Amino acid sequence: MIRVQREDFDVGAELEALGRGKTDIGGITSFVGLVRDIAGGKRIDAITLEHYPGMTERQLGDIEAEARRRWPLADVLIIHRYGRLEPGDRIVLVATASAHRDAAFESCHFLIDWLKTKAPFWKLEETPEGERWVDAQASDDAAARRWIAD
Amino acid sequence: MKLLYFAWLRTKIGRAEESVELPAGVTNVASLLEWLRSRGPGFADALKNTVLVRVAVNHEYVGWDHPVKPGDEIALFPPVTGG
Repeated sequence: MIRVQREDFDVGAELEALGRGKTDIGGITSFVGLVRDIAGGKRIDAITLEHYPGMTERQLGDIEAEARRRWPLADVLIIHRYGRLEPGDRIVLVATASAHRDAAFESCHFLIDWLKTKAPFWKLEETPEGERWVDAQASDDAAARRWIAD
Repeated sequence: MKLLYFAWLRTKIGRAEESVELPAGVTNVASLLEWLRSRGPGFADALKNTVLVRVAVNHEYVGWDHPVKPGDEIALFPPVTGG
């Protein structure tokens, strides 16, 4: 399931809902992405996440489908926020449920790596020196590439 | 054709979206970018380094040789930084 929203989410409630009513799930892996207060040695007061409505849901749906193709997953949840967020705020939740832990761990890792290079979101940082758009990281591309050979 | 701009491409170009009539000769993404660059300094600056430009046609990532046609929704944006 894909959700793109301005509002915060309750991690515990979301994970509880993911496995509710199912008894064939052996484990759930989750990743929660947060806003840091420092980047590249500079203080971050807040970020604003812009996205491309329509394409975002389409790309996240494709990413979920790719994860389900690669691993036997009972359920997948991706929640990604947009709008203005402050340090400590939650940005993204990725959770995967499977009969076995390897599939849950690996697919969760895959989803966040893949999402970071495919989903059309952009971060604008507010710093003491003014606003600046975040540059894409080569390390994120490298992290996504390692899943290509699979 | 509907054109959409995001992040710093949007701020350099000075608008988030617009509807345009394609001039003759603009048939693919590469020729679209070439035409857009000729439309003013904001466009030229935003699109000068194509290594930093991603293009989506109707919500799918495409390459420079992908065809463009009336009715398409075409988005131009920098490499993504979500997650």
